[in-house]
Amino acid sequence: MSLNGTSAADVQRLQQLQQGVWSPLPLIRRRWLRVSLNLGVLAYVIAAWLSVDVNWDRVAQGMDRGVEFVASFMSPDFVSRSGEIFVGLQESLTMTFTATIIGVLLAVPVGLGAARNIAPAPVYYICRTIIALSRTFQEIIIAILFVAMFGFGPLAGVITLAFATIGFMAKLLAEDIEDAQREPLEAIRATGGTWLQWVNYAVQPQVMPRLIGLSLYRLDINFRESAVIGIVGAGGIGATLNTSINRYDYDTSAAILLLIIAIVLLSEYFSGYVRRWTQ
Amino acid sequence: MLTLSGVSKRYQTSELALSDIDLTIPAGQVIALIGPSGAGKSTLIRCVNRLIEPTDGKVQLDSEDITRVRGARLRQARRQIGMIFQNYALVERLSVMENVLSGRLAYVGFWRSYFRRFPKSDIQQAFHLLRRVGLETMFDKRGDALSGGQKQRVGIARALMQNPKLLLVDEPTASLDPKTSRQIMRLICDLCREQQLAAIINIHDVVLAQQFVDRVVGLRAGRIVFDGSPQDLSPAILTSIYGEEDWEVPADNEDDDERSPPEDRVRTLTVDAHP
Repeated sequence: MSLNGTSAADVQRLQQLQQGVWSPLPLIRRRWLRVSLNLGVLAYVIAAWLSVDVNWDRVAQGMDRGVEFVASFMSPDFVSRSGEIFVGLQESLTMTFTATIIGVLLAVPVGLGAARNIAPAPVYYICRTIIALSRTFQEIIIAILFVAMFGFGPLAGVITLAFATIGFMAKLLAEDIEDAQREPLEAIRATGGTWLQWVNYAVQPQVMPRLIGLSLYRLDINFRESAVIGIVGAGGIGATLNTSINRYDYDTSAAILLLIIAIVLLSEYFSGYVRRWTQ
Repeated sequence: MLTLSGVSKRYQTSELALSDIDLTIPAGQVIALIGPSGAGKSTLIRCVNRLIEPTDGKVQLDSEDITRVRGARLRQARRQIGMIFQNYALVERLSVMENVLSGRLAYVGFWRSYFRRFPKSDIQQAFHLLRRVGLETMFDKRGDALSGGQKQRVGIARALMQNPKLLLVDEPTASLDPKTSRQIMRLICDLCREQQLAAIINIHDVVLAQQFVDRVVGLRAGRIVFDGSPQDLSPAILTSIYGEEDWEVPADNEDDDERSPPEDRVRTLTVDAHP
């Protein structure tokens, strides 16, 4: 038994233990540090709360508008703008599917390269950089850039969503590969197959269920995002929604939001079903 | 057939896991590699098929130096060396047949293996091997649907699909019950004799090893400390491999000096803390 690092505190704990007194080790062992950290966090929260300047008159005004908006959910208007809504939805769904497929296809090689246990160091760093770039910027910022580059419309939207999908999928795929069981990886390598055969036989079966689950999850994230990036001009149902809000046409906005909710719920149900089936 | 000369392995920031191993294994000989945990048994067999790169020394298979080969020649060398694992190492989401056929990966092209279109002769060989290990009706079952002993049998069939000259076997029975352990050891050793295969078997169970192998090599702290026939394993030699222990006394009435009364421990601690 090694006695290195035995301190007076350890001895005291052991003596107390003998007398039946024991409590788990605290996360931070130095008492003064533990106490002052806790007090510091509390003080910060109070200071932060006091520094927020709330204009209660404006809140009261906004409440009315908010109530109006919520009330319109009781009378959604699917009919008077049905043409625009239909075109918007169709465009959003097309954008979503195209972007998800392109994004997932591009994410697979990046994800393989970003898995520490299977990629050599230079490839690993390149792929991690791609992931970091893609994940740093929120979809709206990327959308603004691509709208500026490719003009208004769904092309900018598709490229935005595909780009965001790469970072998301590649990161989670790489993590799943890093969690793969080591022994099957060794076993297939020991058969003398090529790298591609090894990926196909040892890696793919272990990560496929997760890859499918994540792709479906990303599909519904992309649908929701397509509604948001439409507001900055990247096409789809978001553009329609934005127009209706600007016109104070809350009944149509409510109809659009209800449709978005319905589609997200449907895809949620569908992806749960597929995930159970691929396990 | 297999010759290791001066093989050493040093892991980053630690001492030698293997130091200067010389070992020659003639064709068809089955040897057991015994030794305490951490003695370097797993490292040694992984240095043979280069799943671990030896730091020093030379590995020769049929007089071809495979220590520094890369790419296609490394894969060529690996396919002549079958490997069987402690935790079976099946790809659990693949079927039994896919697992067995994966032993042929180095013999077929990528697209053939991708579409699972293996040559007829390979499929027949897989069937014969599955029948030999007693699992011919399980071919469509998924790996994770099998019991431990069955998984190990599939692992054996996969290794033999490579038509290897040498088998590396890493603790084949460590996760199995005593009866299944004996069956698996017998199966491995029978197959080696039938096919004139050499094998290195890492094993903890000395008694089991003695019953089945031609030769025993003892490893301690990365060095070979015994190399001889199973009959020569005396208590003195076991002590030299595993350290002090009364090998004749049954395990349950031994006097364990780790179990000293707690007061002594506290005294020891206190004394040490205040010198």
